[in-house]
Amino acid sequence: MTSAKGLVLSSIDIALAHRPLIALEAMVAPGTVLTIMGPSGSGKSTLLAYVGGFLDPVFTATGAVTIDGLDLTALPAEERHAGILFQDPLLFPHLSVASNVAFAIPSSVRQRAERRAIAEAVLKDVGLDGFGGRDPATLSGGQKARVALMRVLVARPRLLLLDEPFSKLDMALRDQTRRLVFERARVAGLPVVLVTHDIADAQAAGGQIIEVGMNA
Amino acid sequence: MLLPRIIRGLTFVILVVPLVCGLVGTALPAFGYLPTLGGDHLTLHFFADLFARPGIGRSILLTFATAFMTTALSFLVVIVFVAGWAGTHAFARLQHLVSPLLALPHAAAAFGLAFLIAPSGFLLRLVSPWLTGFDRPPGWLIVHDPLGLAMVTGLVVKEVPFLLLVTFAALPQLRLEQTRRLAASFGYGRIAGFSYLLAPPLYGQIRLAVYAVLAYASSVVDVSAILGPTLPATLPVRLLQWMNDPDLALRFVASAGALVQLVLTLSALALWWAAECGVGRLARFVCAGGARFRRDAWLRSLSLGLVTLSAFFIFAGMAILALWSVAGLWQFPNALPNELTMRNWARHLPQITTPLITTVYVALISTTLAVLLTLGCLEREVVWGRRAGHMVLTLIYLPLIVPQISFIFGLQVLTIITGTEASLVALVLVHLIFVLPYVFLSLSDPWRAYDRRYELIAAALGVPRWRVLMRVRLPMLLRAILTAAAVGFAVSVGQYLPTVLIGAGRLTTITTEAVALASGGDGRVIGIYAFLQALLPFLGFAIASLAPALLFRHRGALRV
Repeated sequence: MTSAKGLVLSSIDIALAHRPLIALEAMVAPGTVLTIMGPSGSGKSTLLAYVGGFLDPVFTATGAVTIDGLDLTALPAEERHAGILFQDPLLFPHLSVASNVAFAIPSSVRQRAERRAIAEAVLKDVGLDGFGGRDPATLSGGQKARVALMRVLVARPRLLLLDEPFSKLDMALRDQTRRLVFERARVAGLPVVLVTHDIADAQAAGGQIIEVGMNA
Repeated sequence: MLLPRIIRGLTFVILVVPLVCGLVGTALPAFGYLPTLGGDHLTLHFFADLFARPGIGRSILLTFATAFMTTALSFLVVIVFVAGWAGTHAFARLQHLVSPLLALPHAAAAFGLAFLIAPSGFLLRLVSPWLTGFDRPPGWLIVHDPLGLAMVTGLVVKEVPFLLLVTFAALPQLRLEQTRRLAASFGYGRIAGFSYLLAPPLYGQIRLAVYAVLAYASSVVDVSAILGPTLPATLPVRLLQWMNDPDLALRFVASAGALVQLVLTLSALALWWAAECGVGRLARFVCAGGARFRRDAWLRSLSLGLVTLSAFFIFAGMAILALWSVAGLWQFPNALPNELTMRNWARHLPQITTPLITTVYVALISTTLAVLLTLGCLEREVVWGRRAGHMVLTLIYLPLIVPQISFIFGLQVLTIITGTEASLVALVLVHLIFVLPYVFLSLSDPWRAYDRRYELIAAALGVPRWRVLMRVRLPMLLRAILTAAAVGFAVSVGQYLPTVLIGAGRLTTITTEAVALASGGDGRVIGIYAFLQALLPFLGFAIASLAPALLFRHRGALRV
């Protein structure tokens, strides 16, 4: 089981003050999406926090998170390489667009020029050629979403966590961004955990859907 | 992370250990024990001596009454102003004015006020002789008046901005707009609605700051020496005189007095606490009667007037100080000097240089240490979750509530014993005790309000914790950090009593020099020192707001 390819969530149990929030068991193969659906307050974002390694200590959680056989459970967030996208793009406001991307490039790439070149190339890849020197505050919502996505991918994560990343985009943009994100994750072979309350997200993801918190 | 834990422990040590050691160091000589000065047995003799001093009863009573009046007035002005104006445009505009007002050292504000309202001051010059017929200053006792009214005024104009700033920080946690509408829909006046519904939770949040004002006003030395009564002076002023008296035996009496000072401040706090309960009960009684107090326009205007007046006193005072520093001949009743000249500056600059360097040096080091310690404490909070927040806050306020004079006497004894008197290290450390709380208070809110998801994203990108801190959180909070540093710098520049006692007259700052000049009454020299004293904190705030604006000039989201 632990040697399986992809993300394995085994016997996950999360509780707040002895009140059980979430209990689940799942496997996410590389390039596929597991969608967690539930109303707000159902603890679905808590699951992402547990997988990402930044669960607030007020919660108690048990269960193992493994990726390609590697147990992440005991690792701190910065060693898990679990890329995450939130509702807001959260581009670092004090850095330029290119520096935002370059910040994410692994430290194994040492040369400044090379890091810069990678950042520019990645931006070009999503139609943001020449945007590197821009102030993130001057970008449109769709452009910000694309930079945020590329920033996560360029860090070469082991998996991708999506915390309702499309809910603040307007209809047309939402569909477009959704397709881009899923497409890129599939190409990169990343297991994806998507948390949403929008059934359209789940349908577009096209993977297994788990509903939580319906009895709460 | 180990480092933040060490820093937190260190912060605790810096806030609590000097306090305890200082109090012990004050208490022992008070009861006659100080071997270096020949005190080798315990006795109550020095308390008897203290209470036998002429006018001591009046000094104590004056201190108590002026402190209580200062706090009550400042609090009333602020709470009525906030009740009547919170959420309006005038209120929002005022928010920007408050920080520089707060930055101004007490002594500079007191000098400014003195130069305005004294019989030879600017206000009377404006109306003389055409209105008053005076061609020489009248013999009125306005400054140094026996009831301490000038001193109360000088303290109130400085405490109003402080309480306003604390209130500004607390207001966002109240449902101001909804509650206001709700109260109005029941037909309550603005001030009454606020007082019934919002004042109790607001007071809960600013209570410690109000206590700090009361404690400060009851033990202040510099403002009292500049504006306060003289025959007799308030207790803290007399204590310092005895402490600095060539007759070393008076130190025992001064130490006994410092303990009496502690009891005095604690009694004032106890009385205030009792008054709190009384006022609360009265308010509930009135509220239960359903009184609406709809016609409160006059009270609102009055509160706006008083806040404006206190701001006017400060700004006009600064202008007058600046003017005096460049004044040539300036006889009464001329409203303006005959000529403007840089001669005063040229003449005094050589003597100013050393105290100026000491001032800046001590302020920079103590502020840097305070910022680092605060960052360490707050970072630990991030890592471990926010626990026992109230305990920490009380601890932070401790050096602001225990009267300075009661434990710095003891600390001075300690520096003599350890041979560190008049050393820069000791001076920086004693400043740090008072700088740290202010830096912590001004940095903790923005730090906690920071959107943690930025850090989560960065961590998820595989970036180590310290690098996230250096590259993401600290740059994004640069403005808040620099503002906190400016506050700390201003606090250090303004320290009088700790500097006089620990500097032992050999390490002097702009502030100690300015206050020492007070009795001389030479307007030009006082103008120079007090103006410089005011200028330094303003420079600090200017840098704190300009540096981020310059650094982030191409970053729209970080502009204000």
